[in-house]
Amino acid sequence: MEIDRGDGRKPNQLRPVACSRGILNRAHGSASWSQGETKVLAAVYGPKAGTKKNENPEKACFEVIWKPKTGQIGKPEKECEMILKRTLQSICLLNVHPNTTTSIIIQVVNDDGGLLPCAINAACAALVDAGIPLKHLAAAICCSLAKNGRVLLDPNKSEEQNMKGFVYLAFPNSIQSVLPEGSLQVGGEPVEHGIITSVTHGAMSVDDYLLCLQRGRAACEKLSVFIRSSLK
Amino acid sequence: MAAASGSDLSSEMEVDAFRRLFPLNFHERHLLKSIRPDGRTLGKARDTIISLGAVTSANGSALTKIGCTTMLAAIKLEVMTPTVESPDEGCIAIDFHMPPICSPIVRPGRPAEAAPVVAKQLSDTILSGKAAWMAYLDIYCLDADGSLFDAALLSAVAAFSHLQIPVVSLNDEGRIVLISEDNGGGKLEKEPVNKEKRKLKLATIPFSLTCILHKNYILADPTAEEESIMETLVTVVLDSSSQLVSLYKPGGPVLAQTSAIQDCVSLTRQRLKELQKILNEAISDMEVD
Repeated sequence: MEIDRGDGRKPNQLRPVACSRGILNRAHGSASWSQGETKVLAAVYGPKAGTKKNENPEKACFEVIWKPKTGQIGKPEKECEMILKRTLQSICLLNVHPNTTTSIIIQVVNDDGGLLPCAINAACAALVDAGIPLKHLAAAICCSLAKNGRVLLDPNKSEEQNMKGFVYLAFPNSIQSVLPEGSLQVGGEPVEHGIITSVTHGAMSVDDYLLCLQRGRAACEKLSVFIRSSLK
Repeated sequence: MAAASGSDLSSEMEVDAFRRLFPLNFHERHLLKSIRPDGRTLGKARDTIISLGAVTSANGSALTKIGCTTMLAAIKLEVMTPTVESPDEGCIAIDFHMPPICSPIVRPGRPAEAAPVVAKQLSDTILSGKAAWMAYLDIYCLDADGSLFDAALLSAVAAFSHLQIPVVSLNDEGRIVLISEDNGGGKLEKEPVNKEKRKLKLATIPFSLTCILHKNYILADPTAEEESIMETLVTVVLDSSSQLVSLYKPGGPVLAQTSAIQDCVSLTRQRLKELQKILNEAISDMEVD
């Protein structure tokens, strides 16, 4: 039984993705990422000398500023900043430029659902554009759970509001596209199946969550193929 | 305790100095023996104490301690007109404060992460469509020693279970007013809408557990020291019907495999039973009084 999504997509189908880099002249790195109608602009400035007060001087420090489309900066923006900062800290090589600060500014151009994954993808593309050394890229996606238990990928805003719950997931970039014979295994599972970030909204059962994980992983593999080809 | 023998630098060093200079090494040596510096096993949470009714001027309040982390939650109720879209629902305004008393490294503008999860619980009305309750929940962190979200959620839940909705009545202009205790006696002109203070019924209660993932180890309920060294935190919130309310992993150097997530969820399930027991004991203690 197929669910009718508002725009006619199948449950596993993502919205059209577009990525362009180098759009801002003055920033050291910049990228714009859009999934369907949701569009986010990311700019990277750095590395700049010096770290903030309580940060470890032997590692590079990251600072994220999240600018919403309208309104003042409040708690939801601060929470997104913190999630993004910790996600990006885990994908960057922190020891290459110790005692420096890299600023990432995220500007929300349009919010039509799946904003945080879009921002993570945009920030990664901007970091690549700026030449910051990374361990791997992060591919992020939103999986939602409908009231009848089906998993829909990449919902737009009206779908999100009708869902029982949704999850924002970020996975490391899959190596499959470069090394087809597979990659390192950790306890029987390939390394790239690990989650970098997961933020859930709404209650769901544990099994539904694990199902969302599986679908999200598969979608992120496709997404990472796209990222690789667009970053050439 | 004997000095750490066979350490990389000098063979004689005081334990405290080793702990400060090589914190990761210090903790990893303990993890090899499946134990943590404060003597707990890897999956065990710290002692939890809940005490209800700490703030007498609030409608509901609770003070919780998980180990040294202390949180005080207080709720004040106010009457408001509900929105047109949801005439049957009240709402909660949550504010999470971290005053400088709680920790030497408090930064201003810390996000209140507990807010969205807890905010889904309350829905209560006096007269449907005419008036609803607005609850102002304030959580103060009095001592920050790791697992802040767990303690905050627990104190909010305990405060809600202690909450007593005050008596209200309609006054002449058709507005609902609170009857204060002093007016009691035979002087009420209008009949109160709800006769007596009643307690709030909570549908399902959420409980949470924060775990740290470090290499292959999963440590439950970290202290602030462990949190600052091993930075990958996973917070799992389960409610009493075993629904996963939230799984929050905000990045971090360690990637979470599915097996790690399932271990965290099962640790949370055990913790849920412990916490439910503690909460029920605290409530029954209050009722005896």
